[in-house]
Amino acid sequence: MSDTKQVTRAGAEQEQQRAVLPAVDVFEDTTGITVLADMPGVPKDQLEIKIEGDALLIEGSVQPRTPEGLQAVYAEVRVPRYRRSFTLSRELDTARIDANLKDGVLTLRIPKQAHAQPRRIAVKSS
Amino acid sequence: MYESILNHPNDLFGQFERLRRELDDVFGVSGSPSSIRSVAPGTVPAVNVGHTPTSVEIYVFAPGLDASKVEVTVDRGVLRISGERTSRIPADDVNVHVYTRERGAGHFTRAISLPDDVDPGRINATYRDGVLQVSATRHESAQPKRITVQ
Repeated sequence: MSDTKQVTRAGAEQEQQRAVLPAVDVFEDTTGITVLADMPGVPKDQLEIKIEGDALLIEGSVQPRTPEGLQAVYAEVRVPRYRRSFTLSRELDTARIDANLKDGVLTLRIPKQAHAQPRRIAVKSS
Repeated sequence: MYESILNHPNDLFGQFERLRRELDDVFGVSGSPSSIRSVAPGTVPAVNVGHTPTSVEIYVFAPGLDASKVEVTVDRGVLRISGERTSRIPADDVNVHVYTRERGAGHFTRAISLPDDVDPGRINATYRDGVLQVSATRHESAQPKRITVQ
């Protein structure tokens, strides 16, 4: 992922890079793979899904609605960014990925290539 | 090449990183006594608490909830938030292979003791993008006031 912004402070750039892995559920059925990722606090405009070659990257920034003058007292979530990448295999059709973000859960449905769906091969006897 | 190895979540370095983080969480906050209702680090859902001069804000990071089934109650200064999430992994289907199951499912309850100056009648809760935000406003008499000098 190339970054064309000028880096003015090394600290700020580091803060941007820190991210936490979102918890995921991954399961496969005959027509494709489903990925469910927990990304609470990420609105649709802060979610990025990128496919580069065979790598799938999901990334999201948490945007809390904080009132003015909010001081943190106790924080279990300290890194406001989720990032996780997966390597996909060739029989998955990356052009037809379906993504849905609802209530902080990202649902990705990656179908298999049409010709890759399981077929039964008939055995002919001569 | 080395960078990609270090960023792999399931390899040896990823596991050491996780172990280091867990040890940090356990031994990092040492010494001071913790609340009697505090929970182990890594409890799901995670909670952040902040305050402003006029309110206390609690953020519960709980994605995938049915908002109508979430219960937020306050009793003698203790705010209790409970809810439930059902698993979306199809069970009992022989054609489904599960590779990763990290997202938990089931009931949860988090309890937070609110300071005395919070008005229990002025607490509201909203659920958006998987974060339940509970806002508890302080009593009028406890809010900061500016006194003009005559």
